[in-house]
Amino acid sequence: MPDQATPTRPFAARHPSVLWFIAALALFTLGVTVLSEATGVGLISTSFVKTLGKMLCLCLVAIAMDVVWGYCGILSLGHFAFFGLGGYAIGMWLMYARTEQIVLDQMTNEVLPPTGTEIKDAIGAQIFGVVGATDFPVIWAFSHSLTLQLLMVVLVPGLLALVFGWLAFRARVAGVYLSILTQAMTLALALYLFQNDSGLRGNNGLSGLQNLPGLESVPQAQVSIWFFWGSALALGLGYLLFAWVVSGKIGSVIRGIRDDEARVCFLGYNVEGYKLFVFTLTAVVAGVGGALYYPQAGIINPAEVAPIASIYLAVWVAIGGRGRLYGAVIGAALVSVLSSWFTGGGAPDVDLGVYTIRWTDWWLVLLGVGFVAVTLFFPKGIGGLFDLVAHRVAPVRVGDYGPDDGAKRKEEGPAE
Amino acid sequence: MNTLLEVSGVSVSFDGFRAINNLSLQIAEPELRAVIGPNGAGKTTFMDIVTGKTRPDTGRVLWGEKSVSLLSMSESRIARAGIGRKFQKPTVFEAQTVRENLAMALRNPRGPFKVLFYREGSAAAGRIAALADEIGLSDALQRPAGELSHGQKQWLEIGMLLAQEPRLLLVDEPAAGMTLIERERTTELLQRAARTRAVIVVEHDMDFVRRLGCKVTVLHEGAVLAEGSLDHVTQNRDVIDVYLGR
Repeated sequence: MPDQATPTRPFAARHPSVLWFIAALALFTLGVTVLSEATGVGLISTSFVKTLGKMLCLCLVAIAMDVVWGYCGILSLGHFAFFGLGGYAIGMWLMYARTEQIVLDQMTNEVLPPTGTEIKDAIGAQIFGVVGATDFPVIWAFSHSLTLQLLMVVLVPGLLALVFGWLAFRARVAGVYLSILTQAMTLALALYLFQNDSGLRGNNGLSGLQNLPGLESVPQAQVSIWFFWGSALALGLGYLLFAWVVSGKIGSVIRGIRDDEARVCFLGYNVEGYKLFVFTLTAVVAGVGGALYYPQAGIINPAEVAPIASIYLAVWVAIGGRGRLYGAVIGAALVSVLSSWFTGGGAPDVDLGVYTIRWTDWWLVLLGVGFVAVTLFFPKGIGGLFDLVAHRVAPVRVGDYGPDDGAKRKEEGPAE
Repeated sequence: MNTLLEVSGVSVSFDGFRAINNLSLQIAEPELRAVIGPNGAGKTTFMDIVTGKTRPDTGRVLWGEKSVSLLSMSESRIARAGIGRKFQKPTVFEAQTVRENLAMALRNPRGPFKVLFYREGSAAAGRIAALADEIGLSDALQRPAGELSHGQKQWLEIGMLLAQEPRLLLVDEPAAGMTLIERERTTELLQRAARTRAVIVVEHDMDFVRRLGCKVTVLHEGAVLAEGSLDHVTQNRDVIDVYLGR
C-alpha cells in the first residue's frame, strides 16, 4: 500500500521546507562572512554584523514562539521574559569575569598581594556600586563559573516555565486568561528587576557584555563574526529541533491541542503534560537565544523584559505567518530589521508641509497598521505566500456539509 | 457476560436543576445498548459523568473487574483506562490528514516523551490500513479530514474510537445528519464493534435504535424510566406518556 511507505522516507524529503531553510541560512551566513570586516572584504560594518547576529537570535525566539502559539495554541506573552533571563544568566558571568580582571590589574601594583576576600569585595564594589551596594547577592553564587552560568541559561528559564506552566495548565487556565497570566508574570519579573535591590543592578542592568573576558586583544570585528556564527548555528539547530518535534506524532498531538483540546483529552492524551512540555522546551530555546543576543547588544536592562517585548514577539510571528516555522523567521527578521532602520534614523523623514512624519515616532503606528492589515487580510501572514508557489491552495470545506446539508444531498460522498 | 461499568445512585445538579437524579445503570462486556430519551433527559450528562467531564454530586461509577472508581480519574486517564467517546458533532482534527487522525488515536503509550520518540512500525501502519478499510476511507488517507463529507467525518471519528481499542464505546447520536445508506453502514459498524466490547449508543431517533436491535434504556428527567427490548419499552405506559405526551 502506498501510504504505508510514507513514514520511512527521509525527514528532509518529507519536509522540503527544512532543507530550503537550512540552505538559505547557510548561504546568508556565508555571505555575511565574506562581506564582514574580520573575515572578508569589509563591506559590512561590525555594528551591522552585530545587528544581523541579533536578528538571528530574534528569529530563534520567534520560532520558539511559533511552536508555542502557532502550533500549540498557547498565546504566551512571556517568552521574551525567558529570552531576557537567558541574557541575564550569561551577562552575570561576563560581568563578573571582566570586572575580576580589571580588579586584579589594579591590585597588581599594591605592596601586599590581595587576599581572596579583598578581591571579591573589590569586584562586588565595582559591580554593585552603581546601586549603592557592595555585597554579592545570593543569585550571583555561580557567577564566577562560565559552565555553571551556561547551565543557568537553560535552567532558569526552563524551571520558571515549568513551575509557572504547571500551576497554570493544571488549573486549566487557557485562552486569553492564560495570555494575561503570562503577561502578568512578565510584568512582575520586569518590575522586580527594576528594583535596585533585585541583585541585578536595577534599571542599570548589566553592561559591557560585548567584552569577552580574556579576549580583550581580539578586535570586536572578530568577536562579532564569532557571535554571528554562533547565532546562525543556534538558529539552524533550533529550527531542526522544532521541525522534528512538530512534524512527528507529537506534532500531530500538539496541533490537535490547538484545534480541539477536549478531543485530544478524550483520546487519552494528558493535555496538561503536553502543554507543559512545549511551554518549557520553547522557554529553554528562548533562553539560549537571549544568551547569544545580549553579548552582541552589549547591555541588558529590565526594559528588555517588559511585556511590550513579548507582544512584539507575537506580532512578528503573526506577520510572518504562524503555524509554519519559516514564517516566524521571516516575520522576526523583516520586522526587526525594518524596526532598526526606521527607529535608527535610516528612513528619511516625510515632509508634508504642515507636518513632518518622523519615522522614529511613527514607526510604531506603521507597525500597528501593518499588524491589523495582516490579521484582517492575510491571516496566513507573509509565509502564506509560499503556499501559492509550493502547492495549490486546498479547498476549505470546514463547516460545510453540516448535518442538515449533508442529509439533503442526493448522493453519497465521493465514490469509494 | 460480566459487568464492565456500574453506575449507581448518581445525582448531579446544575444551579439547582437536577440533570441526573439517582441514576443506576449496568453495562456488560460485550454488549450493545441504546440509551434513548427526550431532550433534557440527561443523556449527554450521563456520558459526561462516565468520561470524567462532569463530577456527580453523589453516587458511584465503578469500572472493570477490579471495580475501580472513575470519579477520581482525569478525563485522559479514563480514556486510557479504555473508555472512548464519540461526540454528537463529528469532531475530527480537520487540519490534519485522515491518516494523522487515525495514527493519533491508535492505542499506544500516551506520555509526551514516549510520543516524542515514537516511530511508527509496520504493525501500526497495518492497523491504520485495516481501520481505514473498515470505515471506507482507504482512498482518503492522505486527505485533510476537513475535506471529508459529514458522514465520512462521522466514520473517521468512529474509526478513531476503534483505533483506541476501548473496552467501552460511548457514541452520541451517530446517525445525525446521515443519509439512509450511511446510516445502514453505521449500524453495521456499531454492531460489529459490539461483538467484542461494550457499546452505548445515545440516540433519539427511534428508527435507528430499532435497526440496532439491542437492549434499550429509556432516560427521563435524569433517571431510568424503563429498560428492555425496544418493543417492550415502547409498550410501557410511562414511556408512551413521556414520548407521546398524555
